[in-house]
Parts: sequence; C-alpha cells; structure tokens
Amino acid sequence: MKTYRTHLLVCAGTGCVSCGAFGLKEALEKEIARRGLQDEVLVAASGCNGFCERGPLLSVYPDNIFYQKLTAVDVPYLVEEHLLKGRPVPKFMYVPPAGKAPVPRMSEIDFFKNQRLIVLRNRGRIDPEKIEEYIAFDGYEGLAKALSAMTPEDIIAEITAAGLRGRGGAGFPTGKKWQLCRREAATPKYIICNGDEGDPGAFMDRSVLEADPHAVIEGMAIGAKAIGAAKGFAYIRDEYPLAVARMGIAIAQARERGLLGKDILGTGFDFDLEIIRGAGAFVSGEETALIASIEGQRASPRQRPPYPAQAGLWGQPTVINNVETWANVPSIIRRGAAWFSGLGTETSKGTKVFSLVGKIRNTGLVEVPMGLRLRDIIYGIGGGIPGDREFKAIQIGGPSGGCIPKELLDLPVDYESLTKAGAMMGSGGMIVMDEETCMVDIALYFLRFTQEESCGKCAPCRIGTRQMAGILARIVAGEGRLEDIDALETLALTVKRGSLCGLGQTAPNPVLSTLRYFRNEYLAHITDRSCPARVCKNLITFFIDPEACVGCLLCQKQCPAGAIRGERKKPHVIDQAACIKCGACFNVCPAKIGAVKKSTGAGGRASAGESPARVEP
Amino acid sequence: MKTKLRSAAATGSGAFRSDESAAVRAIVRKYGFQKRAVIQVLQDLQERFRWLSPDLLEAAARELGLPLASVFSVATFYKSFSLAPRGRHICTVCMGTACHVRGGAAVLEHFERKLGLRAGQTSSDGEVTLERVNCLGACALAPLAVVDGRYFGQMSEAKADEVLRTSLQAGNSRPAPQDGRRT
Repeated sequence: MKTYRTHLLVCAGTGCVSCGAFGLKEALEKEIARRGLQDEVLVAASGCNGFCERGPLLSVYPDNIFYQKLTAVDVPYLVEEHLLKGRPVPKFMYVPPAGKAPVPRMSEIDFFKNQRLIVLRNRGRIDPEKIEEYIAFDGYEGLAKALSAMTPEDIIAEITAAGLRGRGGAGFPTGKKWQLCRREAATPKYIICNGDEGDPGAFMDRSVLEADPHAVIEGMAIGAKAIGAAKGFAYIRDEYPLAVARMGIAIAQARERGLLGKDILGTGFDFDLEIIRGAGAFVSGEETALIASIEGQRASPRQRPPYPAQAGLWGQPTVINNVETWANVPSIIRRGAAWFSGLGTETSKGTKVFSLVGKIRNTGLVEVPMGLRLRDIIYGIGGGIPGDREFKAIQIGGPSGGCIPKELLDLPVDYESLTKAGAMMGSGGMIVMDEETCMVDIALYFLRFTQEESCGKCAPCRIGTRQMAGILARIVAGEGRLEDIDALETLALTVKRGSLCGLGQTAPNPVLSTLRYFRNEYLAHITDRSCPARVCKNLITFFIDPEACVGCLLCQKQCPAGAIRGERKKPHVIDQAACIKCGACFNVCPAKIGAVKKSTGAGGRASAGESPARVEP
Repeated sequence: MKTKLRSAAATGSGAFRSDESAAVRAIVRKYGFQKRAVIQVLQDLQERFRWLSPDLLEAAARELGLPLASVFSVATFYKSFSLAPRGRHICTVCMGTACHVRGGAAVLEHFERKLGLRAGQTSSDGEVTLERVNCLGACALAPLAVVDGRYFGQMSEAKADEVLRTSLQAGNSRPAPQDGRRT
C-alpha cells in the first residue's frame, strides 16, 4: 500500500460542498501536482465535520492542523507555506471571538472541545466512500462480535443494559422494541432505518449518512441478527441526494466484502439492504406511515397497536429505528453496555447529536453527552448569539417541539426535562432565536407547516391545524382578538387528543409553548397592535433617519416598489403608502450607517409619520 | 392537490411517444415489476421527463398492473411529484426554520416579484419554475436558495438578483425572465 507523508482531508458535507469544497479540493490537487508533491501528499474528501459555519474546512494530518473558510485562491500560499516550508498558516486558522490568538488544532476549538463523539466518531477522519477506512477504525468489529460470539438474546440484553433510547424523537427503549419483535413467531421479519428526516432545521441524520454510512449498515445488520431478519430497508429523504449516493456506495462495498448478503463472515447469517428514497412528505417520518410508503402507498399513519414490532411491513414483525439510533449500535456492541451507560443521565444514556442553527455564531452539528445544560451548548459550543444580541428562546424538537425561554437556560438536555418544559427531544433540531425573532410568527410558521403536512386522515388534525394557523395569521396581521388566545388553547387540546399519530398529537406544541412562555408577545400583537421583535409586516413601519442617511441611493435602487424618493447626498424618504415592507432597504443599508429603521406600535407609527415631514421641503 | 389534478387533465392527451413507452417499461422492469415499487418508478420517470404526464401515469399503472386510481393517489400525495410541466430551470427557496429566522420568507417574496411567479408556478415560456422546500438541511448557509442544483447561501435581495442574472442566462440563449413589476 502506498504511503504519504501528509494527508489533506477536505470536508465534503453538504454545507462545505455548497460553499465550494470540491473547487478547493481540485485546486489543492492541481497545486500539489504543480509542486511535484503528488507522491507525498494525498488529498481526500471526508464526511461532515459539523462546523458548517466555517466551511470549506481542511484538516492536515499527521500535523493535526485545522483550516477554515478556505478558498481556491488561498491554495498556492497554503501549499508553499505549510507543505513545502512546514510552517502552518495562522491566517487560515480559526480565530475565537474577542481577538484571541488563532487556534491550530480542531480539538482545542471551543466548538469541538466540549463534544463527545460516539455516533459521529468518524466524522472528518475517514473517507465515507471507502470501506477500508471505516474498517481501519474498528468498523464492522461489532458485527463480527455479534455474529460470532453472541446469541440474539445476548445482543438484546446488551442494548437493553446500555439504556439506548430511540433517537428519532419519542425515546422508546431500543432493547425493549427489539425484544418485542424477537418474541413474535411470524416470519419473515424486517429491519428499517428511518432516514426521513423531515424536521425543518434538523440535519443530524443527513450528516451521519453522509459522513459514516457504514455505521448505519453495521448497526442494522446487528439488529437483524438480534430479531432474526434477513432483509432491511433504508428509507432516506429524497432531498438528501448526497446521503442517498453515499449509502448506495457503502451498501455495494459491504456486499463486495461479504458484510452484506449471504453467509456473512462465514457465520451462516444472511442479511441484505435496499435503499428506498422518500418522496417529500413530512408525515412519512411517522413509523406506520413510513411503512405504508415502502409498501408503495400514500404515507398515512395507522392506529397502533399493533406496533410495527408485532405487525409492520406487509403485516410482518418489523423493527424500525432512526439513523442515529442505528449508528449507536456498533459502538455499544464493540465497547459494551457499561461504557455507553456511563455517559448521560439516569434515564437518558449516551450522547445526542443536535443541529445547532438559527441565530447562533457557530452553526453546525454537535454531539454532546445527555444531560448537558442548554447554556453550555448555546454559549460554550455555539459561541453565543451573533452581533451580541440578546438570546430569546431556543426551539427544540421541530414542529413537534416547543420554545424554551432564557429563564430555563440551565435545563439539562434529556428526554424527560425537555418534555416537562413543553418541548421534546425530537430528532434533535435546535433553533436559536434572538430578540429579533417574533414568537407569534414562529408559532404561525410551524402551524402552517403541520397544516400543510397533515395527511388529512384525522379531522381534528386536518381542520384544527388549519383553524389554528388562521387565528395566528390574524394575530400576526394585527387583527387578533383577546378571545383568540382561549380559542387557540381549546383547539390545541382537541388536536392533541383527537389525532392518531405523532404529527397531530404534537402539532400544537409550538403554540402551547410560546403561549406559556411568551404570552406577552401575543398580547402585544392583540392589544397594542405591535410586534416587539419588529417582524410582523402589518405591525411595523420602515423609515429613514434623515440625520443618519448619507444619500447613497443604495436603498432606492434596491426598493422593488419604487417607494423611496431622494437625490444623491440628500436624505431619502420612504413613501409609506407605496412601501410593501419587504425590508430590502433595511438589509441593503450599510451597517455602519444604519439609516433605515424599523418601528412598531403606536409610537413607531408616529415617528414614521414624522420623519418624512421633517425632510419635506 | 386540486390544482394538480386539474392541470394534469388539461395537459393530457396527445400521442404517447414510443420512447416514453419504452422508458416506462424499462424502469418497471428494473424494479422487477413489483407493485410496491410504484413510488420509485414515478421518481425515476420524473427524473427523466421532469414531470408526470397523464400518459406516463397511465403507462406506469398498466406496466405495474395497478389501477390508475392507486397510481394517481400516490402521485398526488407526495410533494416530489409534479403533475404539471416544470421549467428548464428550477429555482428553489428553502423555507426551513433556520432559513425562516434568518429572513427566508423575504427571499422567497423577492424571487416571486423578480420572476413574476408564485411559489409552485412555472413561467409561461416554460423557462423557470419557482419552488419552495421545507428544509435542505444546509442551515449554516441560511437563508438558502438553490438554482439548478447549485446552492447559494446567505441570500439577500441583492444577491438574489445576481444569482438570477447569472444562473438563468448562462448557457441559455433566451433572456432571463424580466422583473414582473416593471414590464
């Protein structure tokens, strides 16, 4: 095997690819060839590192230097300095806020330092399209152990002892699910991987499938052995083309190596895997709906029991687990239940992967031990809110979850604490919101989402979500009434009680949790006709501060409504009657000038009315 | 859903081309003529023909041995299927939560104004379709738009103009769609 003195790993997750990772890789390859280093330096692609905010990312091994925000233009200098002269380049390294010194190593950056990797253990260090690299980091060792040294009962006992719970949202104990299925007499049995990650703002599963697809395959094969299945399906969202492609490559490689197919590792165990692409329906993430979708039907959930473990795919016993759950399995089998349950809290063991997005400095994917405080995730790992604005809330659990306010920042993140606070673990999407996020608008956003995605089977969900969205739209438009709040609460309970599946049962959560913690914002919209966050169009006014305006014409050029009047070097004025409140002027006005302002409520309207008068000739 | 059905009916009829017929058969064969593969068959057909014409749906039903009604019920349920022709360029604006809190709605509205289209519509010359998607999972790039498979992150009104100009004109003899307001 050919050896190289240096390996350059270009992060090739969706985030980095979207901002030019492949262009960077090509530039590196060219420059290295030009310098005659092609026999000494290898350029390879790795899976997602999770630090998406700073892409494209590059790791240099064995030097263990981490570069960020690299572009093709930087390549010649980087190659000359680092690879030829052996001097790492500080200007491409991560610099923490507050003017501290550049940090050369990934493990020393705050974002990475406080993470604990099980599911994402191979991220950024292997090429996900090469099974050899997965195997080199103990890959398929868990499967070998499960097949050669463990009975199905041993495997289930190990998973149960580890305390692993479903990572898809509800947190059902995985071992118990497998046990239920194992006990069923009917055959054949099936294994399903739920990769229909429909929660907006969540991309954990995508990242796992892209960065380490073999971990999922290995986990599923171990699960198949435990319940006695010979066939599995990986259901992956069609919106994740890279994940589908990498999983396809991984399955083909596993088959070639005899790790899938007949007589795996000579143990007489048969198991094979098929990919099913989702077709764009949020409800197909619900297990019975997903099963209907694999069967080639509309993804409508059905009554449980019987649970899929008893009667699932084609009426046969089926174990369906989420991507992240499967990816935990190989490590548990390899390192043992005691090791795994040593992490986390009393009831929530191990780690959880979260996608940390929204108004946060370090957007990205993080894996932390269960029980870590929200504050440590948001400020310790996430680096806090950009622009030093004030934190308002964190939304956890997607359309099924809720918003947690700043008073609860010390909440430990585990299944029970989150549910008690009105949110839920969900699949692990964390959306950070600051003072400029309107909580009523967020509630409306989620209700519109669930209303659109409701499959329509249960009337309370189909009609109730529509009614709730209608009421919220009225409040946001400044036409709300005080009795609307009671109506929302009544409807919420009806939808919760009258729906068959998780979508309907949890759809009201975003409304209930914002009403619980941010009732004042609702009241401001209703009684003061004002939007404290200055988001809701009908309740805000844009105006130009004549003192600050330098008359650069930028906003006038950008205004799609032609509502801005003014001449070069003279203060501009917004014609309130023509303004469509798109905010283009606000966004385009340079931050250091900041002449375009937003106001809300009675005071705001007065000042907006005043400002044109003050500059009219 | 209703509009989907109507537009499918309106654009139906016309000679069913033999290459379409052969393609349907080849795809159905690829999945071993299994009825359960109906979703995958439709996905492959849509990838190839960009939308699912009534003729394609009928052929798929025939080859799979399924009633047309069941193929139709599947095709109308899932969002990835389009029962109306889609444009040569596909412009998608992400409406995920991260994009929403960073101003995704304003970006979509801007595209709507510039293209003179509502989300879900195709321009009358068949050049461009404007779509919204629930989340592409590339939240660090929020707000995000995708034009013909290329991702454009940190969108703003000014950047959207630039993206439209370059993406819709490059390698394309027709002029980019004009600003709906000003024509």
